[in-house]
Amino acid sequence: MIGAPLARVDGRAKVTGAARYSYEEQPAHVAYAVIVTSTIAVGRIASIDGTEALSRRGVLAVLTHDNAPRVRQDAASPGDRKLRLLQDDRVLYDRQPVALVVAESFEVATEAAARVRVTYAAETPATTMNAPGAVTYEPPEANQNPADSARGSFDSAFAAAPVRIDQTYVTPTEFHNPMEPHATTAAWDGNRLTLYDASQGVFDRRKSIAAIFGLPESGVRVVTKFVGGGFGSKGGTNAHTALAAMAARLVGRPVKIVLTRPDMFGGHGYRPRTEQHLRIGADTSGRLLALAHDVRSQASRFENFIENSAVISRMLYAVPNQVTTHRGVRYDVATPTFMRAPGESSGSFALESAMDELAYATGVDPLALRLLNYTETDPDQHGKPFSSKSLRRCYAEGAARFGWSQRPPQVRATRTADGLLVGYGMASSTYPANRSSSAAMATVHSDGSAYVTSGACDIGTGAYTAFTQIAAEALGIDVAHVRFDLGDTLMPEAARAGGSQQTASVANAVHLAGIAVRDKLAAAAVADAASPLHGRRLDDMTFARGRIALRERPELGETYVAILQRAGVSSMSAFAEAKHDRRVKGPYSTHAFGAHFAEVHVDPDFGTVRLARMVSAFAAGRIVNSRMARSQYMGGVVWGVSMALHEEGRIDERSGRYMNANLENYLVPVNADIPEIDIVLVDEEDPHVNPLGIKGIGEIGIVGMNAAVANAVFHATEKRVRDLPIRPEKLL
Amino acid sequence: MRPFSYARARTEQDAFSTLAQTARGAYLAGGTNLIDLIKLEVAKPDAVIDINALPLAAIETTPSGELRIGALARMSDTADHPALRSAAPAISQALNLSASAQLRNMATIGGNVLQRTRCVYFRDISQPCNKRRPGSGCSAIGGDDRKMAILGANDRCIAVHPSDFAVAMLLVDATIHLRGPAGERTVPFLGFHRLPDDPSRDTNIQPGELITALTFMPSALTRSSTYIKVRDRASYEFALVSVAAALEVTGGTIRDARIGLGGVAHAPWRSREAEAVLIGKVPSRDLFTAAAEAGLQAAVPQRLNRFKIRMAKNAMIRALTSVGMPA
Repeated sequence: MIGAPLARVDGRAKVTGAARYSYEEQPAHVAYAVIVTSTIAVGRIASIDGTEALSRRGVLAVLTHDNAPRVRQDAASPGDRKLRLLQDDRVLYDRQPVALVVAESFEVATEAAARVRVTYAAETPATTMNAPGAVTYEPPEANQNPADSARGSFDSAFAAAPVRIDQTYVTPTEFHNPMEPHATTAAWDGNRLTLYDASQGVFDRRKSIAAIFGLPESGVRVVTKFVGGGFGSKGGTNAHTALAAMAARLVGRPVKIVLTRPDMFGGHGYRPRTEQHLRIGADTSGRLLALAHDVRSQASRFENFIENSAVISRMLYAVPNQVTTHRGVRYDVATPTFMRAPGESSGSFALESAMDELAYATGVDPLALRLLNYTETDPDQHGKPFSSKSLRRCYAEGAARFGWSQRPPQVRATRTADGLLVGYGMASSTYPANRSSSAAMATVHSDGSAYVTSGACDIGTGAYTAFTQIAAEALGIDVAHVRFDLGDTLMPEAARAGGSQQTASVANAVHLAGIAVRDKLAAAAVADAASPLHGRRLDDMTFARGRIALRERPELGETYVAILQRAGVSSMSAFAEAKHDRRVKGPYSTHAFGAHFAEVHVDPDFGTVRLARMVSAFAAGRIVNSRMARSQYMGGVVWGVSMALHEEGRIDERSGRYMNANLENYLVPVNADIPEIDIVLVDEEDPHVNPLGIKGIGEIGIVGMNAAVANAVFHATEKRVRDLPIRPEKLL
Repeated sequence: MRPFSYARARTEQDAFSTLAQTARGAYLAGGTNLIDLIKLEVAKPDAVIDINALPLAAIETTPSGELRIGALARMSDTADHPALRSAAPAISQALNLSASAQLRNMATIGGNVLQRTRCVYFRDISQPCNKRRPGSGCSAIGGDDRKMAILGANDRCIAVHPSDFAVAMLLVDATIHLRGPAGERTVPFLGFHRLPDDPSRDTNIQPGELITALTFMPSALTRSSTYIKVRDRASYEFALVSVAAALEVTGGTIRDARIGLGGVAHAPWRSREAEAVLIGKVPSRDLFTAAAEAGLQAAVPQRLNRFKIRMAKNAMIRALTSVGMPA
């Protein structure tokens, strides 16, 4: 069952609308809140007047910093958040919440919110990394990685290297924009709070909200049944969730909030702009001698998130002499956050572009250059072996499918019949295989069905389906009779859906819980004189289709139903926890790997780039569901194209306001931009990474794809674009 | 969004009289622009008068041979109309390159001509804008001006007209039929849209007037036309630049020419300078290049959009090559 391309178990609910998302919860007497956001980037609220808003029929309350209940706005986690919860008159970023209107309907709240009169004492914002007033700082860490690293002696090795690349690469501010905007429905029952929240981790959310409101964690329940995409933006706790709870308590009714699309360019985080200085020293054959990767990451004035772009350079290639640094540059913007493959996606653009530049500088084929610098062990962990690494096969299988060997070495050498310039590009991909402690509960009922739970989140990845398959295999029950449920803090605690860790973390717990309940059933049979399995050994049994049998004599056995009925119980349950301490480093370095190959066509008259073909090969341990894995990879590849060609938050440098705060002007690819994507699933067995051999696949698809496109654009045009996105004007 | 009243007009007179009773009433056709603007509070009508029931959706060839497109004809129906496709392929192409299939199924031809700029400063009421609030200033100047005008702009407004269809309509010497409380009138399509002398006025339509139809006489010129649109992504985006071109070539000589440019000015931009270079000459790559140079001679880029000049020239050369020297 594991590995089968099972269709989504929640697919029907989603396409019929039966799946209920957080904003669709409709508790009795629910009220609707709309956030008023700032129109300046930094300053003070000089005056705020909710009188007109409050006078509208149906308006229940107008909250501002003058009257909002006091809460601890600096208590949220993860990510060291300091939320802006109407506690003072300071404005720290554009579109910061400055008021909240609660009303009988969404429409009334929206109209009244526009009637809240705010005047500002605006200050001059610093709106770029190089603006006067922007402050560079040394961060304590870079998104849970050491901020700096060094091995060997970079300076002398670089100075002595016969071939040197020394370039700066820029990735822009990017906003997640999941289809489902952030949304929360909050309901109090006395001092107990229930939140239906579009979240990537219900336990993280519970912890944050309990801390903000000074409640015990047991007093907060967070429910997340369906999420329309998160990509990191729903990982940290954001202001609207706390504001919904605040408003609900104040008006004594449940309250729901959904962000507008322009709000999605506000305070819930984004991928920060990076400026990455890459220096590579190599010998004339292309062998790496030295590599420095120095990152400047856009940062807010008041929190510490840093894009860990240089981390990938520490481990992807064999480089003896290396230095990497991360610095934050604070200016008057909201705080960035995790966005799909934080660090690796932006960092791979710089590293894999620089490797491509080295390939041209040395005349070595880009793929051959990567093989020349291949490392079998992790140079960032003192040569520790990888639990598994199948990157060679990703290169080989991807290149074969793509026809990389047909690539002419010259640039600007090929045109289509229509006169478009043709270019081939490739890049490597990797992402760490992470894991956190998770628990699960499995129950087998006397009708033969099973119910398994773990408080994970399905943010659209297919977690419901994957864990159903894991549970079915462990239990020995067909998937049709297994129901897996998730997304509730009343369930066993699970890892968040972030950092490509949830499947590996929760699957191992679900597996253990399934095995445990199965073994309980077997033990009951063994102990029961009326059972054909009486006195038999557990090791001799097989479990399939809801039945236990002897391996050597399959006709000897009985069903779970029979065991439970004879025992006179309606069900048997087991709880299990798969513990993992991320701080304890094991004997292996754990990563997934992949390789992208792209063909672009560039119109030389207009500078427009269109993808013609894409082949991406990945090896990520055991694949739980090949259909969803393919979709997950494809989504990453599409986003890589988007990062290469389309996405960019465009800030007005005078005001600090992102002016393209909508999906008309914040571009992502449409179907016409994406040709068929050929995903190659490279088989990989990893006996070390975790008991089930699963590596996460949520992020790796995007890593390196931006560089593969940029490298193909260079091959087509002889123009090296080092600042994304690759807009037509950069090629004209 | 502010509350407004809603009424459905059964006749044109009904629409006029209902509007007359309001302070800031607005006609609603496809709604693909007006509803947006109401949500953004850029438009703040106190009344919305739905004109979709008026019998103005027909696309027909008149007895005199003119093509008549009713103002309420949907973009999709217009684009796919066989008579239009042969009479002026550029118009058909421009419509099919606009918006998305869903929007084209809703949006009307009259509304398309009257749609307002997509300038991000115009559409964000927290920002000063002379078009929204005359005299408040133009925030686009010195701001994110990548998509703004390179022709005919001034220090009051650098917004561009978003329509593809209107650019293609420049090729066919169309007539706009208007009806209002004061009666009926016709105006040439060319000159209907204004340059930003008074940015608050996009067109010369008068208060209370409705566009009822667009008409034009197909000719050898209009039948030999094409439309090219350049944008950041392959579909579902307004033009960075676009070119509509029509050439009548007989005996190896260009007898007549029309060139329209989109994405470059406050109005769909007819390039008489480019046309003048072409007429009477033999089609050639050099000639088309000279026409493109002449057409963009007066261009003045903003901070971030100098590229539009080259892009527009290249688009013009390609469009002219496609109609004037087909492979």
